[in-house]
Amino acid sequence: MLLFIVIAPFLTALLILIGTPTRLTALLGSAVTLLTSLIATVLYETARGGFQFVTSFPISETWRLQFLLGADGLSLVMLLLAALVLLCAVWFTPPVERSERLYYACLLFIAGGAIGAFASLDLFFFYAFHELALIPTFLLIGIWGSGNRSAAAWKITIYLGLGSFVLLLGLILLYRSVPADLRSFDLRVLQEVAANGGILPRAQNQIFFLLLIGFGVLISLFPFHTWAPEAYASAPAPAAMLHAGVLKKFGLYGLLRVALPLLPEGAQHWQTLLIVLLLGNIIYVGLVTIAQKRLDWMLGYSSVMQMGYIFLGIASANVIGLNGAAVLMFAHGISVALLFALAGEIRRRTGTLVFADLGGLGKLMPFAGFAFGIATFASIGLPGFANFAGEVMVFFGAFRVGAEWQGFHLFQVATVLALWGVVISAVYMLRAYRSIFMGAPNERLGTVPDLARTLRWPIVLLIAATMIVGFFPNTVLRLLQPTFSAPVAANR
Amino acid sequence: MIPAPALEIALLLWGLLLLLLESFAGTGDRRGVAFAGIGGLVVVLVASFFLVDPPAAATTGFWSFYSADPLAIFFKRFALVTTILVLVMSIDYAPAIRMGVPGANPHAGLGEFFTVPIFTCVGLMWMASAIDFVMIFVSLEVVTMSFYVLVSFTRRNPATLEAGVKYLILSALSTGFLVYGITWIFGVTGETNLARIGSVLARQEMDPIPLLFGISLVLVALGFKIAAVPFQIWVPDVYQGAPTPVTAFLSVGSKAAGFVVLLRVLAPFSMLPQVGKLLVVMAILTLIYGNFAALPQANLKRLLAYSSIAHAGYLLIGVVTFSGAAVAYYLVAYLLMTLLCFAVLIVVGNKSGDQIEDYAGLAKRSPFLAFAMMIGMISLAGVPFTAGFLGKFFIFDAAIRQQQTLLVAIGVITVGCGFYYYLKVVRAMYWLEPAPDAAPIQVSPLSRVAMTVLIAAIFVLGVYPMPILNALK
Repeated sequence: MLLFIVIAPFLTALLILIGTPTRLTALLGSAVTLLTSLIATVLYETARGGFQFVTSFPISETWRLQFLLGADGLSLVMLLLAALVLLCAVWFTPPVERSERLYYACLLFIAGGAIGAFASLDLFFFYAFHELALIPTFLLIGIWGSGNRSAAAWKITIYLGLGSFVLLLGLILLYRSVPADLRSFDLRVLQEVAANGGILPRAQNQIFFLLLIGFGVLISLFPFHTWAPEAYASAPAPAAMLHAGVLKKFGLYGLLRVALPLLPEGAQHWQTLLIVLLLGNIIYVGLVTIAQKRLDWMLGYSSVMQMGYIFLGIASANVIGLNGAAVLMFAHGISVALLFALAGEIRRRTGTLVFADLGGLGKLMPFAGFAFGIATFASIGLPGFANFAGEVMVFFGAFRVGAEWQGFHLFQVATVLALWGVVISAVYMLRAYRSIFMGAPNERLGTVPDLARTLRWPIVLLIAATMIVGFFPNTVLRLLQPTFSAPVAANR
Repeated sequence: MIPAPALEIALLLWGLLLLLLESFAGTGDRRGVAFAGIGGLVVVLVASFFLVDPPAAATTGFWSFYSADPLAIFFKRFALVTTILVLVMSIDYAPAIRMGVPGANPHAGLGEFFTVPIFTCVGLMWMASAIDFVMIFVSLEVVTMSFYVLVSFTRRNPATLEAGVKYLILSALSTGFLVYGITWIFGVTGETNLARIGSVLARQEMDPIPLLFGISLVLVALGFKIAAVPFQIWVPDVYQGAPTPVTAFLSVGSKAAGFVVLLRVLAPFSMLPQVGKLLVVMAILTLIYGNFAALPQANLKRLLAYSSIAHAGYLLIGVVTFSGAAVAYYLVAYLLMTLLCFAVLIVVGNKSGDQIEDYAGLAKRSPFLAFAMMIGMISLAGVPFTAGFLGKFFIFDAAIRQQQTLLVAIGVITVGCGFYYYLKVVRAMYWLEPAPDAAPIQVSPLSRVAMTVLIAAIFVLGVYPMPILNALK
């Protein structure tokens, strides 16, 4: 089952490269991926918990390396996100003039890499799958990007390439720091070793630092975030949707799955550093976002800023904070995909994303205006949307850490400051909405057609997803509970 | 069942026979010679899987300077595969040879160009088995001599002549260093056999200064072979000027043989800590120089020359940490991806040129070639699921195990450089528009098969490395 979900995007990409009808195959392939992910989620036995649907193929005896797939609640939520965003990204792909097949294949490869990483239980393949998305991203931005696409493509590729090699060092060090007879890349084995105290605190500190920097670069942790806005501004909309919505979550997933449960003492050691950096994400990048004069750059910076909340949830390392972080990952993936999709459509119709050149689009494109408004509310974190559920839990979780230590603590200062981030994002999102959709239409725009009927379906799908989780967060939390309660309890 | 030395002897005789027959062929087509050569190499490659177990190492006689251990057998096969692929490339390169060699006969020089690599291969195979300094010297010279011929083969081209002269002079100089170094080591220990040098060094206290002097001189010569800084000056010019199949041969065969000898020679000297430090410094310099100097290159052959220096740096990390398996795997990965790049380079070079800008829009002119080149490049850069990534993985693992923090840090930074200059080629092929007069490029069936095999091998070994790792046990 899991094997099928992992293979489906790659298989679709190959079929497209061979020469089947391009758009149809891509849509069908991603719909099938989403459907199987949904079936897997339904079949997952929450009561039993743990990793299910485990499939393995041995690779090397000496290295105890195997191709190992398995999923628990957290991975299933991420798989659903990846498949949903993939389907919408494919749906939102405008007619491509130049090598259409390669374009769709690249999209499917990015999503396939993310899905493979989320479904891998073996750290080697977990890492390798993510790297698989590097070259397609490079090609997508380079060939079909806009603006300063060349510089953006280099920047993202070199940044992420370097970041992932730092991450690789961390993973190798992790592999080496385990007693020789237990050495393995198998996450389950490593969890057991870590639970028995098999990884020395000194090693934990070193490894956690490398993982924090490695994953941090991939997540655009301040001050390693400069690649993100530029790349997302230049990338074609579907690529930005997939990268910001799904692939970036790989780093967070890695922190939740690998760094935190295996290296609790390392996490403790670097907690202060992480808090300082995440405040950089929320406050500094937040203010930078307000200063942006173009929608694409603003969305790029805002997606960097939003990572700060998720980091806060991860740093808190208690059940409610971690659950909040995971819900927020899902929520942010959906809302950012929606925003990038709409931005792409606006650019295609008006030829610009500069706030000063837009205005009054609400009258010309009522549906797009409505959808953008919903996405704005969602990403500010108004109640009723998944982002709200995630943020509330993150803030409660983070605030509680200080309370547990009986005293006013850095965490509470950080939470208070982070709450101001909500105000910051309200400022820039509402300002963007006003300057694009309100007021009198800019004359230079002429007539702008609203979204075609077929393009409304993916938007409805995304809004429905975020509202279902927003109103009934338990649908997701029920899946997530077992993932986080066990390791947190073990660390106590 | 076949004794190991029979492989080299058979190949040598086959090469001589082909050379002799070729001289009677008149104005006939010489491609038959290449096919016969490939056939002979394949037969020997198959035969290498049916060897009798070698006798235990002797103190005197043949088996005191010739070894048929797994390392030797492994690199014999490595040399054979390299030579086969080089000959396949040479067939595509034949038009350039005809233009570059004077003579009324339209096939002048082709026969020699197809047979000399066989003798190089014999030298490389012999080198893999050499465990005595005298033997190392002789086999090294066999290889170098044949490269003298090959590097300056298209002698109408001034750049080729320049490359030939540079290679000749610097190579001769490095040979001088090697012999001088061997003399010092022999003077201190009274032995030329590596194993016995090791036991002499272990048995009694030696004055380390003359010994270090000797091994440093040997390192100079081997540094020249593997293109390690500061002995890399010749590499860019020679790689760019030499006929492309020869460049491929130099950068794979010659380098691999250098590393085998390095692994063997260093084993007895491992107790001298200064040697290790010297190698660490060399590795750092090589990594930095190779990667940073590659950044601004606009000629693809020159870019691959600097990249070959850079990869020598990664390989040196493996040598410093004494992980033979990591070095062997890296060399195999390097063979696959480098030869793939050179194979594409030859086909495109015949039509357009060797500048990176000649690759603009290659994805439109020949999707297959562009794909093959992209796989070669991303494997060289070290993207997962390719052999190049696993090679770096094993090397970094070895370095982390030995806690060579500085080497690891520099290695990671230089990997970042690699992403830039390798993807520069991918960028040209996929982003840029082809020149208006650029025509589609046809690929001969033989080259297509060879490239497909190389691509498949890069992916298979990138996921399943066990055949290589087990071969050395």
